[in-house]
Amino acid sequence: MVASRAVGSLSRFTASRMLRCPGYICRSFTRSSALLTRTHINYGVKGDVAVIRINSPNSKVNTLGQEVHSEFIEVMNEVWSSNQIRSAVLISSKPGCFIAGADLNMLTACTTSQEVTQISQEAQRMFEKVEKSTKPIVAAINGSCLGGGLELAISCQYRIATKDKKTVLGSPEVLLGILPGAGGTQRLPKMVGVPAAFDMMLTGRGIRADRAKKMGLVDQLVEPLGPGIKPPEERTIEYLEEVAITFAKGLADKKISPKRDKGLVEKLTSYAMSIPFVRQQIYKKVEEKVRKQTKGLYPAPLKIIDVVKTGIEQGSDAGYLSESQKFGELAMTKESKALMGLYRGQTLCKKNKFGAPQKEVKQLAILGAGLMGAGIAQVSVDKGLQTILKDATLAALGRGQQQVFRGLNDKVKKKALTSFERDTFFSNLTGQLDYQGFEKADMVIEAVFEDLSLKHKVLKEVEAVIPDHCVFASNTSALPINEIAAASKRPEKVIGMHYFSPVDKMQLLEIITTQKTSKDTTASAVEVGLKQGKVIIVVKDGPGFYTTRCLAPMMSEVIRILQEGVGPKKLDSLTTSFGFPVGAATLVDEVGVDVAKHVAENLGNVFGERFAGGSLEVLKQMISKGFLGRKSGKGFYIYQEGVKSKNLNSDIDSILASLKMPSQPDVSSDEDIQYRLVTRFVNEAVLCLQEGVLATPTEGDIGAVFGLGFPPSLGGPFRFVDLYGAQKIVDRLRKYEAAYGKQFTPCQLLVDHASSPNKKFYQ
Amino acid sequence: MTSLLTYTLKYLPSTSQWALRFSMRPLSCSSQLRAAAAVKAKSKQTLAKPNMRNIVVVDGVRTPFLLSGTSYKDLMPHDLARAALSGLLHRTSVPKDVVDYIIFGTVIQEVKTSNVAREAALGAGFSDKTPAHTVTMACISSNQAMTTAVGLIASGQCDVVVAGGVELMSDVPIRHSRKMRKMMLDLSKAKTLGQRLSLVSKFRLNFLSPELPAVAEFSTNETMGHSADRLAAAFAISRLEQDEYALRSHSLAKKAQGEGLLSDVVPFKVPGKDTVTQDNGIRPSSLEQMAKLKPAFIKPYGTVTAANSSFLTDGASAVLILAEEKALAMGYKPKAYLRDFVYVSQDPKDQLLLGPTYATPKVLEKAGLTMNDIDAFEFHEAFSGQILANLKAMDSDWFAQNYMGRKTKVGSPPLEKFNIWGGSLSLGHPFGATGCRLVMATANRLQKEGGQYGLVAACAAGGQVCHRSIIGASRKSFPWKQNKFIQECLI
Repeated sequence: MVASRAVGSLSRFTASRMLRCPGYICRSFTRSSALLTRTHINYGVKGDVAVIRINSPNSKVNTLGQEVHSEFIEVMNEVWSSNQIRSAVLISSKPGCFIAGADLNMLTACTTSQEVTQISQEAQRMFEKVEKSTKPIVAAINGSCLGGGLELAISCQYRIATKDKKTVLGSPEVLLGILPGAGGTQRLPKMVGVPAAFDMMLTGRGIRADRAKKMGLVDQLVEPLGPGIKPPEERTIEYLEEVAITFAKGLADKKISPKRDKGLVEKLTSYAMSIPFVRQQIYKKVEEKVRKQTKGLYPAPLKIIDVVKTGIEQGSDAGYLSESQKFGELAMTKESKALMGLYRGQTLCKKNKFGAPQKEVKQLAILGAGLMGAGIAQVSVDKGLQTILKDATLAALGRGQQQVFRGLNDKVKKKALTSFERDTFFSNLTGQLDYQGFEKADMVIEAVFEDLSLKHKVLKEVEAVIPDHCVFASNTSALPINEIAAASKRPEKVIGMHYFSPVDKMQLLEIITTQKTSKDTTASAVEVGLKQGKVIIVVKDGPGFYTTRCLAPMMSEVIRILQEGVGPKKLDSLTTSFGFPVGAATLVDEVGVDVAKHVAENLGNVFGERFAGGSLEVLKQMISKGFLGRKSGKGFYIYQEGVKSKNLNSDIDSILASLKMPSQPDVSSDEDIQYRLVTRFVNEAVLCLQEGVLATPTEGDIGAVFGLGFPPSLGGPFRFVDLYGAQKIVDRLRKYEAAYGKQFTPCQLLVDHASSPNKKFYQ
Repeated sequence: MTSLLTYTLKYLPSTSQWALRFSMRPLSCSSQLRAAAAVKAKSKQTLAKPNMRNIVVVDGVRTPFLLSGTSYKDLMPHDLARAALSGLLHRTSVPKDVVDYIIFGTVIQEVKTSNVAREAALGAGFSDKTPAHTVTMACISSNQAMTTAVGLIASGQCDVVVAGGVELMSDVPIRHSRKMRKMMLDLSKAKTLGQRLSLVSKFRLNFLSPELPAVAEFSTNETMGHSADRLAAAFAISRLEQDEYALRSHSLAKKAQGEGLLSDVVPFKVPGKDTVTQDNGIRPSSLEQMAKLKPAFIKPYGTVTAANSSFLTDGASAVLILAEEKALAMGYKPKAYLRDFVYVSQDPKDQLLLGPTYATPKVLEKAGLTMNDIDAFEFHEAFSGQILANLKAMDSDWFAQNYMGRKTKVGSPPLEKFNIWGGSLSLGHPFGATGCRLVMATANRLQKEGGQYGLVAACAAGGQVCHRSIIGASRKSFPWKQNKFIQECLI
């Protein structure tokens, strides 16, 4: 039973999850360590309780860096040596953040694994002293308590957390390709049990306060307060401190026991864990699961299992040693550099570079209640945007409204929302068939069928009813925005907002600006996107923008590979084992064969031979037989409601057989097939930067990983070039160029990077 | 207008008799003096409005308020309501057929008597031609009943209305689970044995788990006690302050009971039991005893305990409200005018119990009065912490500026004019019936102390201000509403 729980807990561990890491923070050091006054940590004494307050200046969050570390040691030594002090409370003065983790810059500044190991060992030593402190220390947690922050909290004798939505505890290290390096791998299993500890450390998921209380991760909860004699956030922290002080006193007086009553299930679990055989089975199961899901592309999860195992089986000394060493090793891996790069990129792409728009968007209108339109509505209403959803027929509108409701209701089932919140959010949505209320709209997003004349028609209809300041955004994946804007009276208000399906799951939003789009319009679009919780890249207009343009040549190569006789299943396994979350053939089914053909045709016409490769005929024949992919139930695979396993669609074989191309043995090894796909992708991405479609490599990486599923372990096309080596990529391209011609000709910027090894996209 | 003044003079002597007895109580004595001094300095001499009917309360009664599970435990709500109505008939001698309309407030509805006003009225012998309806607005349900009556009279629809409230917490409807209900309903529609058997075969043991009436706010899922504890913490109100306030409430109630000031209570002969003559929840204790109690909601460190919260109560109340000219024509000496009222609502999560703070300045402004004009305050005491939080909020410029959109605070009511005959903490709080109790307490106090204006407020409920008389009340559990009333009393 225990084993099945542990495995179950891992089932949500997927590559795409690895990217969701809220809160880990990179903060650059601005102060020299020569300053000896304490800037981050101070303490006061209330009665016989020391209240230690953490508050890093000029930052929204507290992170554990060297300076914080040394100040903490100083303060703790004073606390321990003072006769007046009998207990201590550790608290942050920042609303919404206890400690958000270790300082990433401190880790990336290290050049050898020994240096990182040393950092880990220093932290281990300090936290061990905290753990063994004879004066009880209470961690008072309000806001994010992540990574090193959690490791510090679980070293304390007692933990009190506010039951606030912002209070999240977690070990997101794995999402950055590292592991909890300050004793977390050793303490967490003891505190919450091995299965739960594996779940936390291997998925990196954040745990809300009430759940943490049930797990035994925190001992007491404090409810956040409403308005009183002071602003609520301020008074809540004060109240948390008051409560923590009473508990610190109680602990020092031995009136309160830091030990917790365990429930029956917990007792049984811990009994089961005391049997070596059960433990071995759990390690094995977890490891199998991790191997299957990471396909060996991510070293961190396996090392975490290994370190936990070492600690339990060989004692904590061995565990700590192993933890610090593996921490050092992991910090030097390409994977962790790639993931940290993505994390930084993500943080950057969650800012509005264009400043605040002149008028805040409060009333949104969406045209088309299809999958995309309803998806956009869903992520808008739950952020408090008043949203009109308009479609042409009642049936289509009803389907869209149902999609929004289902999306919200699923959150209720997962307890992320209450049914009352669902109802209030849903009431932000107005479904209608006419243009009533558009005169108050601040932004209209159209998500109608991808047809230029249709888009022109709705643009004209909408412009007749909307106010002057209203932005018109088009959700298109391939039609150039300037062509859409050609029909507009006010092209400066027209912009592209390319969402990815399913909208509520995919984090990326690609915003496309034409030469005429005003800066304020862009600022508005970014503001709305950020409100919707999106990671945003802003690119210049052009055929296929950035994302579609990168995907198209790769798709063309997919068709060619299929025509060369590689089966869809084999192709899928080659791409997923390279790190793509979805296999290439499955991706075509998901996107829709008709959409793929439409894009391939359009972009093929514009870019000519560079986008050639597979024959469009394959897609055309599939469409003529009704194989449109998942939406029609058949594509390369057969999709049936309620059936999980996918079967190949055998009717495809005849199409592929009739259009078979000879395969070229020199460039058709498994590895070559993978690189043919990836290098075409990378080459096009670099060309986008060269042509100025992309403003920065960071946006290119974020767009590729979050929008197209480019392997996160590689960090995106640009990071991949840096880490893998531009020369090697150019070599591969040249090899394929020899076999297939111009489609593989490396672009100038890539060649430049290859010829001067010092040139990097990320310095 | 002149006739009004005449009346005022006519009844003066009776007041002074009251005042004599009154002067023996030092606390109220001082307030009486202050009130007397204040009469001359009132912002307004009367709150009568041109072209508006004056509306008066002739009198009001209530059954003794009892702890749930005591003498009333075998009754049904309409039995209690009937007792209040009979008591009112007896007290006022109003002819039954003169009553145009009857309105009752209640919170937890007995499903058999969902229009409890009608069932009680028929049982109490009112004409079956007198319409009756039931309103609900959590703890201010009977305030709502009274203001509805005011509306009916002011608009000329009625002249004589009985308003009241009832709550019987000794018995609450406990339902079958939704699944069980669904199966039972389907069964009643099933036509063949086969259909019945197939329905029964779907039965699972968990269908039998019952569904209790929600004690939590539907929107936030938070119980009121929990909310009160957080509110007390937000205003940094200590456990000791709360216990002290609760002790004050019990001590003042005990004193008022002993001195016979709770004249709105009418004895009730409970079938099969002894006659109940007085409230049984008044239990002054010591601070030491109170300090021993464990927190009831936020465990283990909260500050709201059983001793500083109002308790579950059974009880009913009723008042007779008339158009002034009708009252005078019938030869009544009304106790108070009902003047202005206001209902407000706030965030049900963090400001659930702050209604009185928001409503008080509003109703004062509406009536053109200031805090100093008020001679008697009756605020509903849901929790000590809630009352103290409201007092602090009213006394905070910061709160007024940041949350009420006002430049300055309204100021908190002086304690010597505040709930001096006890409150919901000690007298008890039958949710639906408290509003009428507050109004009658205000009217009786104004009359006794010679005050002119009173103000009633309740969280989730209402407040009233009265001219030479009363004020309204409100309740504890209903979060966002509050009303106020201004009443002008004929003496």
